[in-house]
Amino acid sequence: MTRQTLDFPNVESLKRLAISESGFIFDPVTGNSFTVNHTGRAILQLLQKTLDMEQITKRLQAEYAVDAPVADREAIEFANQLRGCFQ
Amino acid sequence: MNAPVKILKPWVKPTLSPHRVGVMNKFGAVRQHNHQADLDGVAIEPLLEQYGSPLFILSEKTLRDNARRLQRAFATRWPKVRHGWSYKTNYLNAVCSILHQEGSWAEVVSDFEYHKARALGVPGSRIIFNGPWKPSAILEQAAHEGAQIHIDHLDEIYALEQVAKSLNKKVAVGIRLNFDTGYTESWSRFGFNLESGAAMDAAQRIASSEWLKLTGLHSHIGTFVLDLRAYAAQARIMAEFMDKVEAETACLIEYLDIGGGFASRNALQGVYLPPDQLVPSFDQYAEAITGSLLEATRTRSAAGKTLPTLILETGRAMVDDAEILVTRVVGGKRLPDGRRAAILDAGVNLLFTAFWYNHQVKPLRPLDGIPEETVLYGPLCMNIDIVRNSVMLPPLNVGDALMVRPAGAYNNTQWMQFIQYRPAVVMVTLEGKVEVVRVAEQLSAINEYERLPESLRLPFPQGLPE
Repeated sequence: MTRQTLDFPNVESLKRLAISESGFIFDPVTGNSFTVNHTGRAILQLLQKTLDMEQITKRLQAEYAVDAPVADREAIEFANQLRGCFQ
Repeated sequence: MNAPVKILKPWVKPTLSPHRVGVMNKFGAVRQHNHQADLDGVAIEPLLEQYGSPLFILSEKTLRDNARRLQRAFATRWPKVRHGWSYKTNYLNAVCSILHQEGSWAEVVSDFEYHKARALGVPGSRIIFNGPWKPSAILEQAAHEGAQIHIDHLDEIYALEQVAKSLNKKVAVGIRLNFDTGYTESWSRFGFNLESGAAMDAAQRIASSEWLKLTGLHSHIGTFVLDLRAYAAQARIMAEFMDKVEAETACLIEYLDIGGGFASRNALQGVYLPPDQLVPSFDQYAEAITGSLLEATRTRSAAGKTLPTLILETGRAMVDDAEILVTRVVGGKRLPDGRRAAILDAGVNLLFTAFWYNHQVKPLRPLDGIPEETVLYGPLCMNIDIVRNSVMLPPLNVGDALMVRPAGAYNNTQWMQFIQYRPAVVMVTLEGKVEVVRVAEQLSAINEYERLPESLRLPFPQGLPE
């Protein structure tokens, strides 16, 4: 799997999420709610802007003290978790 | 003028926790996983750097404190008390020697353990020898050296009688009893049953022997016994049998050995309440046992007969909280059911007790992030290698170190040399020094006992097959 084709949930299901500054997420379609931490929120908000994996990694590196392999690895795992929650 | 340097935010593993309705913990909030960076004031992280991970760390202070608390709890309530250190619980030489320094005898259950105690310099006369099989050679040595031998079955009476005869020495013995306390499952496979009359039969047989003399009674009612009434019943039943056996065989019982079984402050799987609320203190055990003994020996005291020495073989409660296992996270994953999982460099190969305890797990440093249900796996290629099946922990990264405790009972004796080397064990001394008490295992130590036939040694004359 290349970074560009990493399987995040479809953008529409992510765009509908209401994400508060404190990390509370509400999904208006399913009624489910979640708590996300600040790095998870950052990734979700970048995904809502339809950025691809490479762009997301760069944006995370610009904002956080994280190197590319770690950001990449964490995004893969986070994508897995998002698929379980929003598809 | 230089451009301002942008300060980057600290990175934390991204987490997403679904909110679930109706699964609140009825016992209150999840306990905080506060961190712990040291043991008895000695920083742990540098020890991991020096001795490698995983690493067992003993606390000499806790071990000695436990020994003294146990002694104080019983010696203030009963005139003659003796502790036999249960080697099988932890027979690291350092642990045994500390307890021998504190006055404990050695309580052994095999020829290996007997040899270990003797090699440490413990005289045979300070060894309690239990167990269902005592090979003839070691039985002979134990009888010769004056060990306190506890007979398990009839065949052993005959075997020991032969040994005594060959030594031309009358050997003082104890017999192990089993009986129903009403509060614990009866361990009827060990010793002579009291209710069926087998115990009295054994006593009569010993009384009739020219070479044996019955001087003690032993029993062990179980393990991790939380019900104090079980010990009160045990003490009463043994004292009543003592009077009966003395009356019927004209022997003099000098000691009652009540074995071990006191619970440590560890959390048994399937038990809701935390150990702090559940596990009796040494004082509570002592109060129940000696209170019952005093009551049951009142007539004996009034008749001016000596009270028997009370022997304890407390193992688990003595050493469990005196040792920790420190392990590093080597990988992580998200399981298909949504739970987070971490892979550690220590598993059930080192922490055998993970099969029945929910050990306390603490990070060495504060970890950022929302605690989430986490499974802790060991490094073995086995599905059963689970250190904790469910524990609330913040996100874990590769390299994070976790302290698993208590780990002092049964792990350094039941650990497995299975696909991994067993790690070093170090001890923080009373002075705050760190002593290596067992070096990390190496391949040479494992290979030392193997013999490879010449014809199987590489390179093969015909070379390796394609």
